[in-house]
Amino acid sequence: MSYEPKILGFLCNWCAYTGADLAGTARMKYPSNIRIIRVMCSGRIDPTFVLKAFEEGADGVLMAGCHPPSDCHYQNGNFKAMRRYPLLKKLLSQLGIEEDRLRLEWISAAEGDKLVRVVNEMVDRLKELGPLGLSKSNVEPLEESETLNIDNPTEEENYVK
Amino acid sequence: MSNKEKLKIAFYWAASCGGCEVAVLDIDEAILKVIEIADIVFWPCAMDFKYSDVRAMEDGYIDVTFFNGAVRNSEQLEIAELLRRKSKIMVAFGSCSSSGGIPGLANFYSAKEIMDYAYLETPSTVNPNKTQPQVKSTVKEGEIEIPTFFGRVYSLDQVVDVDYYIPGCPPVPDQIVDAVLKLATEAPEKGHVFAGDKTLCDTCELEKHDKKIEKIYRPHEIIPEPGLCLLEQGIICMGPITRSGCGNRCINANMPCRGCFGISPNVIDGGAKFVSALASILDVAEEQAAEEITKSILDPAGTFYRFDLPKSLLHGNIRKIEEAIK
Repeated sequence: MSYEPKILGFLCNWCAYTGADLAGTARMKYPSNIRIIRVMCSGRIDPTFVLKAFEEGADGVLMAGCHPPSDCHYQNGNFKAMRRYPLLKKLLSQLGIEEDRLRLEWISAAEGDKLVRVVNEMVDRLKELGPLGLSKSNVEPLEESETLNIDNPTEEENYVK
Repeated sequence: MSNKEKLKIAFYWAASCGGCEVAVLDIDEAILKVIEIADIVFWPCAMDFKYSDVRAMEDGYIDVTFFNGAVRNSEQLEIAELLRRKSKIMVAFGSCSSSGGIPGLANFYSAKEIMDYAYLETPSTVNPNKTQPQVKSTVKEGEIEIPTFFGRVYSLDQVVDVDYYIPGCPPVPDQIVDAVLKLATEAPEKGHVFAGDKTLCDTCELEKHDKKIEKIYRPHEIIPEPGLCLLEQGIICMGPITRSGCGNRCINANMPCRGCFGISPNVIDGGAKFVSALASILDVAEEQAAEEITKSILDPAGTFYRFDLPKSLLHGNIRKIEEAIK
């Protein structure tokens, strides 16, 4: 079976989620790879959510909110998301997660087609990148196999699991 | 324990700098108070005890072990497990054993990268034979063995059961005395952290206004205005996510908080939370400008996770560590 990436989408209640709703009612097709969580505002998307998503097995995360400068229902929530995004991407790349796995998009309630395009693009890109595979890396009690033997650095059993 | 009997305490250092050991002596004459109620039964840094002395003890013989340093090699793991068996109470002492600390930053790299850099690549290294330490090597007297270097750094509670935490790099004297005296009289709830339960910002006395930062300064690039919030002046200060209880020593010296007391309760991941806190106060209204200011933050992960990388959500660059296996 071919690899199907898992995308977690945090969509703001007022624009992006309504946009996704529109895509649905208009019977536009988009891949089922995305699982959508509705949040009240893109400013509510705590970077912790994004890290937690990757930690629990997401291959990509989509943050979507209202178009700046003036669409935000709460006036400046989307600006908060916009400022967090580049810093969060830089942090993720240092933690070994490709920047393309996180995407921020402005999707209005009328842009169901944009949501479809963004999800399609993300799925294509994530298929290129391959599975993130972090979910197995949770810290578990140390095991014998998790040691590095510097004698034979190529021997798999001597490295971390 | 009966009141007449003295508390038996042990100290151990694993992957640490020795600063925690100095911090114990830093309590000055209060050490007399400690000696009054406690006997030291193991302290490799300061007193002549051998591992075999500890092995000879009955299980649970030691009342309290103060363990400082992270766990990076097989010797540290072995002694952590040994001391856990022999101790009624295990205390993670200092940032490294509580949350990985500075040694934990090594989790950005695989063990092989670290070994190659240390023994082959540093500019000051002259190593024409490319000699690297071997776990086992044969000399004319026979085979000798050194501890195995693990793939990543662990905090103490990731390898053994830990009862209490005394964070800090190093812990401050008042906090140490307070912890020892408390442990001698009553046992707090398991998992108790001997520090404040608010954020450092909550206890900080600097003047604060509505924050808007246009530019980020590294501490050496600016002389901060005394009495004014450092974050507000564009200096990265970890106060918003860091546990209080240190007495705001750095802040009082006009230096930003580096986060050595670990993340405050209710914060799940320090780095992510600080991205949120810092980005929210940046005074930029365009995507381009947000990217520009991000460029001036040179090492966000290293700065925001300075003392808790092994215990953060992603534990460091695990993929790189796993990549080295393949």
